[in-house]
Amino acid sequence: MSEYVEAEASAGAAPAAVTPADAADAARLVAFGLQPKLQPARDQEYTELLRRYREDPAFARLADAVAAGLGLVVLEVSPRAGMAVTAAEDSVFAVRMGDYARRTSADGGDRFLHGLAHLAVAALAFPRPEDLADDGYIGRITVNGVDAFVRQACRRLEERAEELGENTDPATDAPGLEAAWRIWARRSATGATKDARRLAGSTTGIIGKAVAFLTDSGFLQRTGDDQGGTYRTTARYQLQVRDMAGGAAMAELLELGVVPVTDGTATLMPAEHTEDLDLVADAGLPFHS
Amino acid sequence: MTSPAPTDSVPPQLSAGPRPAPGPAADEGLARRLRALACTAPLHDLDARKANLAGEYSVYGMAEVALSAIDLVTLNMDFDTGADHEQIVARLIPRISAQTPHRPTAEHERVARWVLENLINVGSVDRGFRAVYGTFAPDGSYVRRDYDFKLIEEVPGPGGTVYLRTTDEAVNVLVGALDTDVTSAQIAAEVKLEVLINRGRLADAQLAAEQARYRTVQYSETLRRALEATRRNVRAVDWLNAVPDMIAEALDHVADRYRHENAILTNIRKARDETEDAENKRRAAELVDIVKDCIRRHTQLQSRLLEAGPLFRAEQDRQAFATPMTTSGTDLYGHLLAPLLPLPLEQASRVTGAFFARGAGLRTPVSVRVGDLVDILLTPPVEREHLGAEMPEPDLIATPDDSRFSEEQLAAAMELLDLPADAPRRLSGLLAEARRSDPDLPYLVALLAVHAASPAVGTAYRQGEEKLLFAVDDGTELDDPEFGGADLIVGTALLDAVGMAADRTEAA
Repeated sequence: MSEYVEAEASAGAAPAAVTPADAADAARLVAFGLQPKLQPARDQEYTELLRRYREDPAFARLADAVAAGLGLVVLEVSPRAGMAVTAAEDSVFAVRMGDYARRTSADGGDRFLHGLAHLAVAALAFPRPEDLADDGYIGRITVNGVDAFVRQACRRLEERAEELGENTDPATDAPGLEAAWRIWARRSATGATKDARRLAGSTTGIIGKAVAFLTDSGFLQRTGDDQGGTYRTTARYQLQVRDMAGGAAMAELLELGVVPVTDGTATLMPAEHTEDLDLVADAGLPFHS
Repeated sequence: MTSPAPTDSVPPQLSAGPRPAPGPAADEGLARRLRALACTAPLHDLDARKANLAGEYSVYGMAEVALSAIDLVTLNMDFDTGADHEQIVARLIPRISAQTPHRPTAEHERVARWVLENLINVGSVDRGFRAVYGTFAPDGSYVRRDYDFKLIEEVPGPGGTVYLRTTDEAVNVLVGALDTDVTSAQIAAEVKLEVLINRGRLADAQLAAEQARYRTVQYSETLRRALEATRRNVRAVDWLNAVPDMIAEALDHVADRYRHENAILTNIRKARDETEDAENKRRAAELVDIVKDCIRRHTQLQSRLLEAGPLFRAEQDRQAFATPMTTSGTDLYGHLLAPLLPLPLEQASRVTGAFFARGAGLRTPVSVRVGDLVDILLTPPVEREHLGAEMPEPDLIATPDDSRFSEEQLAAAMELLDLPADAPRRLSGLLAEARRSDPDLPYLVALLAVHAASPAVGTAYRQGEEKLLFAVDDGTELDDPEFGGADLIVGTALLDAVGMAADRTEAA
């Protein structure tokens, strides 16, 4: 890796040679970035390295190279988010669904529920496109709120299917063809357990796991216990959803041919599918105004 | 000749041969009925499986208990919460104990819990039921389908508690009106009620009133859901037409019902006051309660409806009139979540999987050092602080015993007053007997006897006492050197503790 760094440095216009101390500092900054719950403002050394990253282009390139070599993607380096890095797809730092929740490897329904919980948390934390773009925006969610929000979406689909006279009951021998919303709708929202903890398999249990995990990742901060737990978002979460997860999921969806491709870049135009979700022209929707 | 003429061609539906079965249109009604039938299966199943329980449980009518559980949950459902689990168990017990009065209460409670848990279907991961039925697809092929439903579901309540609510399926099974329109069924029930009351047929009227109340609860539930969705997400709800229409309709409905039910209330009150028959009087009184409850629920519904408008405007201010920002272009709900939900599981799972893989962030992998491992394994487990911090030794000051009477004196007096139920005694005799053993004792006996003149019946009832000391004045003067007044007759009344306990659970 050191050859790579030197090659980078010598290829650049900066005449200053990279010293081992510089490399150590750059690695130190990346190490700070690997502790997502650490607040830059709380640590003087971290703040100092961030300042250096922003003022010294050669050092910035060095730190980026260290991160890239470790299999990390740099999302943003700023005083508010710190050294916001995330794992590249096949990095040792990546989180795999199988490690995240045990049952998911055996049960496709459970794998979907855990993934959907993460998506729903993000969707409720940033309900409008502007919220995702506005760096100062702080989203607030509750566990029960996320569940109710997904259930509402499911209920609308159910009502729509009923209006069309569709029979949405899935065929018995083809579980993979069951409509996704039904999996969430038929899982119970909560359940009494012997030790008064949240029922892990219930939807609020699954969302509770997701928000606890995101809190550990430095993406959410717990603010209270109401409504199954209240949380607010951090700058890192916004970056992660905006720059990584949203795009990846969109790409997957496009590959399935679900969202009609308008002009490659995502715009504020509603996707065709939002039209038949009973949205009204003047319903206060930003992209209709 | 062989030249084909158009008139000669056979109509295609005849040439295709006989259809294997009626088409999907005819099948739909069948599917509906099959699903309705499936909803009753868990109740039958309870009676079929009771024989497998450890113990002799076949005497219990499990389906009866289950239906009454669904009744109880439905009637205890309110706008915000559902019914409390323990409360439902407690209210089921009188019915179960009526089925087998000689069995212990613990067993009755076990039956109640078993039935309730089976209605929730605690064993399954979805906590629901699944029935399989078959239909013909449009192309004539036969498809087996899964129908998933719940009867009682658990919902999160305030403070992390879990409440029970009955589902639409359960209410439909219970009311027996499968797949009917909520509003029209309510109107029908109330018209029926009015007619019945006019004709004085109160037994039927009570049934109709109860049905009307189920309908009212169901109607509230429908509206509650819509309002909840509005609060959460303005853009998810059609505020131009659908919701205002619905609110207007609901307000009309409330106004209408309110007038209607007040009229009914006046009628029943009249019936209650005029009727001679005690049974009819009681029925009418019950009806008054039911209709009052309906009115209360309507009032609650109305206040929610009035809140809806301001709530929408506040949310709209927050969401629509904020300064426009540059946008990232990704609308997580509109672009991702909404299009994803109708997809088949297998495809949707790929999208959520991609979101998770890129959205979950990073974890620093844990690497084990053998040196650390040895340390960890050899460290004795930390003693868990079960007991918390040590309490400081309380500094007690002995208070002087200034009681007028000692414990022994009280015991002696109680022994003296422990009279057989069939042999009450005069106070004068008791005082004389007390004086023989202890000169102070008559004061205590007199005090207890005077207290007994106004016995604490309410307390005894609540605490399930078996007997109660009472004193009656029959006008005889008390002839005693130390006391004056009436020579009370002091006796013991036996109370029906078992009957009272049953009453208490009924009234609770």
